[in-house]
Amino acid sequence: MPSLPDMTTPNLTALASQALADSGHVAVPAPDAGQPEFVEFLQRLGDNCLILGHRVSEWCGHAPALEEDIALANQALDLIGQCQLWLGLAGEVEGRGRDADALAYLRDAGAFRNLLLVELPNGDFGVTLMRQFLFDAFHIELLRALKASADSRVADIAAKAEKEVAYHLERSADLVIRLGDGSDESRRRMQAALTKLWSYTGEMFVDDAVDQAMSDAGIAPLPSSLKAAWDKTVAAVLDEATLAAPAEAWQHGVRNPGGKKGVHTEHLGYILAEMQFLQRAYPGARW
Amino acid sequence: MYAQLVKSEGSKSREDMTPEEIAFQDRIDRNEKIEPKEWMPEGYRKTLIRQIGQHAHSEIVGQLPEGNWITRAPTLERKAILLAKVQDEAGHGLYLYCAAETLGVSRDELLEKLHSGNMKYSSIFNYPTLTWADMGAVGWLVDGAAIMNQVPLQRTSYGPYSRAMIRICKEESFHQRQGYDIMMKMCAGTPEQKAMAQDALNRFWYPALMMFGPSDKDSVHSAQSMAWKIKMNTNDELRQKFVDQTVPQAEYLGLTIPDPDLKWNEEKGGYDFSEPDWTEFFAVIAGNGPCNAERLGARVKAWEDGAWFRDGLMAHAAKADERARAARHAAE
Repeated sequence: MPSLPDMTTPNLTALASQALADSGHVAVPAPDAGQPEFVEFLQRLGDNCLILGHRVSEWCGHAPALEEDIALANQALDLIGQCQLWLGLAGEVEGRGRDADALAYLRDAGAFRNLLLVELPNGDFGVTLMRQFLFDAFHIELLRALKASADSRVADIAAKAEKEVAYHLERSADLVIRLGDGSDESRRRMQAALTKLWSYTGEMFVDDAVDQAMSDAGIAPLPSSLKAAWDKTVAAVLDEATLAAPAEAWQHGVRNPGGKKGVHTEHLGYILAEMQFLQRAYPGARW
Repeated sequence: MYAQLVKSEGSKSREDMTPEEIAFQDRIDRNEKIEPKEWMPEGYRKTLIRQIGQHAHSEIVGQLPEGNWITRAPTLERKAILLAKVQDEAGHGLYLYCAAETLGVSRDELLEKLHSGNMKYSSIFNYPTLTWADMGAVGWLVDGAAIMNQVPLQRTSYGPYSRAMIRICKEESFHQRQGYDIMMKMCAGTPEQKAMAQDALNRFWYPALMMFGPSDKDSVHSAQSMAWKIKMNTNDELRQKFVDQTVPQAEYLGLTIPDPDLKWNEEKGGYDFSEPDWTEFFAVIAGNGPCNAERLGARVKAWEDGAWFRDGLMAHAAKADERARAARHAAE
């Protein structure tokens, strides 16, 4: 029996029940089977953490100061941990026998649901920090709202993640301020990072049918409802950092489908080629 | 061993010592710890800076061979474990640079010497990590060899170094276990995985033996360091201990140590084994290992690319100070 369902096997359901039978556990039918929107929503949460965690982990050993190396590794660890919880729950709700690893390692880019922002390349350290700040300011509002989710599993994960993300935001906001209001060079780089990334912030607040279904079920807030709080945080930090967001910018993934719909930048394919290499090259092996 | 070929002063006989030096040596002989502000011979201070600095450099350069596989780790759990492990290495670097700072040398000065090639790091990190099994082999063998050296250094005479080693050893033993756990998983896996594990052992065995430094007969710097309890065991003693410990672990995995002359010697109660190729060792130390240019290049690039970041933070701190001063003035 392979350790992970093989996506090339046409009959996944049969493989999953086979795996369950072989595992010696009592097979309990998943109560949530048939909730595709919920699965989709959980994958969005998990994929944001997975892909951003991956990007941040790319810095390991290459950061501009030893303290930054340690801090970034912490952040990547938090995000990978959160991804395990969200994708684990996604697999459970889906009820097809896929666990977090199967979802992370055996889906192709079109099945990933992360925001475009988190898959963008690290760039210089300024781009990495600014990307983190813009996402953290959104992430924290989302998690705060999810703590009141009608689904207690979601509320529990959100409560745990919120503590970690509050620290991520404290750190990224602090560095954005210090580097924005730092030297001429650091200010120039932070402004360039902000200008470059701004076009990827709109996607965070787009509501679609999945979001509407989650909101109707009391599981999650509408993304658009988080925008006012995000605007406030971002405006305050940018002001102190002496940086200015572009007045008008095209927003990717707003009018056109973006990462939430599985339409990604070219970058995601390379992330997955790297991340999934061993699982793809040695199908079914246990590590 | 993360510090190899550390240059020390020639040892002095008691008759040649000044009264201060005699008193210092007596403290060491009574196993007293030497603390930062206390008097110490200049040679002791310099040798410690070289050794602790080299050790610190080894920790941060040592992030790179394993960092090489973080983005390709085969499961989320393995990715998290490896990331945490490499993060620990950065933390070890930090403790050690701090320990060196107590001897009057700044982290920036030490890094400048690393980047300019005037200070070394352990030869082991100049070997490539080619497969996932190398993550297992590095944890098992490289961290295993490091522990062999660092456990006795917990009792070293310099207080801050000794305390750093106590913290580091706790983490290193987890590192070795995680490496061995990867090896166990691979040896119990598919034939391809087992072949990968054997290949990793083949490539890392002799470089791991080299970590302890040259054979005692060629090790010119040991006597004074041992008298000062900066070095607690000879290179050959530690190497022998490492081989004796590791061979049964390889047997348990069903792997073969790549040494046809490896044989249990009942009389000495240890294994006889082949020496590593010392010509290769000196070539790697001199900069000609397979990854010397990449490893040092990556560290130099990280430092240079990060200059604007560090300068920006300093500029902000200066502005904040200036504003605080102006606010105080206005209030007066």
